[in-house]
Amino acid sequence: MKAHGKVIKYGNNVDTDVIIPARYLNTSDPAELASHCMEDIDSEFVNKVNKGDVMVALNNFGCGSSREHAPIAIKESGISCVIANTFARIFYRNAVNIGLPILECEQAAKEINEGDQVTVDFDSGIIINETQNKQYTAQPFPPFMQEIMKSEGLIGYIKKNMK
Amino acid sequence: MKMTMTQKILAKHANLEFVKPGQLIMADLDMVLGNDITTPVAVKEFRKIGVEKVFDKEKIAIVPDHFCPNKDIKSAEQVKFIREFAKGMEVSNFFEVGQMGIEHALLPEKGLVTAGDVVIGADSHTCTYGALGAFSTGVGSTDMASGMATGKAWFKIPEAIKFTLNNKLSKNVSGKDLILHIIGMIGVDGALYKSMEFVGEGIKTLSIDDRFTIANMAIEAGAKNGIFPVDDITLEYIKEHSTKPYEVFEADEDAIYSKEIIIDLSKIKMTVSFPHLPDNTRTIDKVGNIKIDQSVIGSCTNGRIQDMREAAEVFKGRKVHPEVRCIIFPATQKIWKQAMNEGLFDIFIDAGAAISTPTCGPCLGGHMGILAKGERAVSTTNRNFVGRMGHPESEVYLASPIVAAASAILGRIGSPDEL
Ligand code: SF4
Repeated sequence: MKAHGKVIKYGNNVDTDVIIPARYLNTSDPAELASHCMEDIDSEFVNKVNKGDVMVALNNFGCGSSREHAPIAIKESGISCVIANTFARIFYRNAVNIGLPILECEQAAKEINEGDQVTVDFDSGIIINETQNKQYTAQPFPPFMQEIMKSEGLIGYIKKNMK
Repeated sequence: MKMTMTQKILAKHANLEFVKPGQLIMADLDMVLGNDITTPVAVKEFRKIGVEKVFDKEKIAIVPDHFCPNKDIKSAEQVKFIREFAKGMEVSNFFEVGQMGIEHALLPEKGLVTAGDVVIGADSHTCTYGALGAFSTGVGSTDMASGMATGKAWFKIPEAIKFTLNNKLSKNVSGKDLILHIIGMIGVDGALYKSMEFVGEGIKTLSIDDRFTIANMAIEAGAKNGIFPVDDITLEYIKEHSTKPYEVFEADEDAIYSKEIIIDLSKIKMTVSFPHLPDNTRTIDKVGNIKIDQSVIGSCTNGRIQDMREAAEVFKGRKVHPEVRCIIFPATQKIWKQAMNEGLFDIFIDAGAAISTPTCGPCLGGHMGILAKGERAVSTTNRNFVGRMGHPESEVYLASPIVAAASAILGRIGSPDEL
């Protein structure tokens, strides 16, 4: 699996309350959630995001609440992959479970800038920054999580394994 | 065998003799929890799996507490959707308004969680039950769905940080101050992917309510769980509330920790977290002049009876500052009644504070005390992120019930020593 797109970049400790504020959690409709994605830290996000774009951030991305609405809103907004130095653990498992590709890579998180064009290969963990002509290698998922990703999330995985 | 308390509980639930950090396991679940925000998503995912029944109708708890009593039509629709699901699946632990409370105060009180359990909840503060010597952790809705279908969840075995607590907290200093101090010290990602295991002589001086508060905020340091050893105080609580069998796990003497932090409880001061992260802490003497518009006392962190008593002690014979709105949220119906019977409500009302039915309310900016642009609140809740209690340009300062009560009287953040 591969992703290609323009980078939208954020800093440290992007929490789930800014990814999707609680005032919109009285719905679980993905499109409605996506229309408010990131609005409290970046009111321009919904206008500038294009299908396939890659979100890059620094430490502890997705900290805070367990709301799966956060990775759902990001995925539904068109983001193909999130790269960060580290992820908060509930966000990490939610992303895996709903099939939103995420990669941890310190160097990439630091060096990639807003607007750069990048290509990401999920199987090998290779990230190519075309704008800066640089390449990084992130730790690919362990086999069990790759299986979940390939089944498009945990539900697909369980369905396969319950048969 | 070199296992921490958390590792031992997980090994047992995965039917393994030994587990090591980083290992991926499938563990059996003793309880699967969801609320009115996360359960609707979980139900939709559950339906996609295509099973007819939940794995065990006694081992699922659904608590509509966030936007309940329903704050608007959309919230009402969400609760209706999950109520019908619970009914259809004959889920025994669905708590309607009138019986419900904030989930993490309610489950232990109802005896649904006990020592040695493995619990997942589609709510990040599920880590609260570590106070009872259980492994409990927050997950998302998809995990809840698969947990309800299979009775299992996948986990990566965590490393642990050992917190050795010595001595005793001083007067007016509570479990909340201790956990804010710890988060300030290690940072909001200081325990990322790890367990926080609390040990040491000082633990026996911490009440069960203090332990709930401390375990509750483990997630604010990024931890997978926070856990306390089981002692007489734990067993007394468990026996009073639960008829479920329990099992006491202890860390091996040669257990390996990624780090040990030794804390002298007598040195901890009243502590406040400034916006917009819980690790942005200052001790009360360094707070300066922070004027407030609202004081919130309650939540899954500090809405228990001890919190109510401590706040009442400060309010006794005093008045809320005329420019402050003070709102008090006992966390469950039982705590509500207890506080009322103990005469605490007379004290609150005479002081000019409002008392609400149990709900998450303003803690997550839901309802019952939302902040306008530029307003400031001191709150006994657990998060002070941008926009957490309302307008993106409002501010939340986290503190203990004692500090929140004293601040409500002073009209600025301060301690009872200034009254
Ligand atoms: S009181 Fe606040 S932190 Fe606790 S469960 Fe409710 S919203 Fe979450």
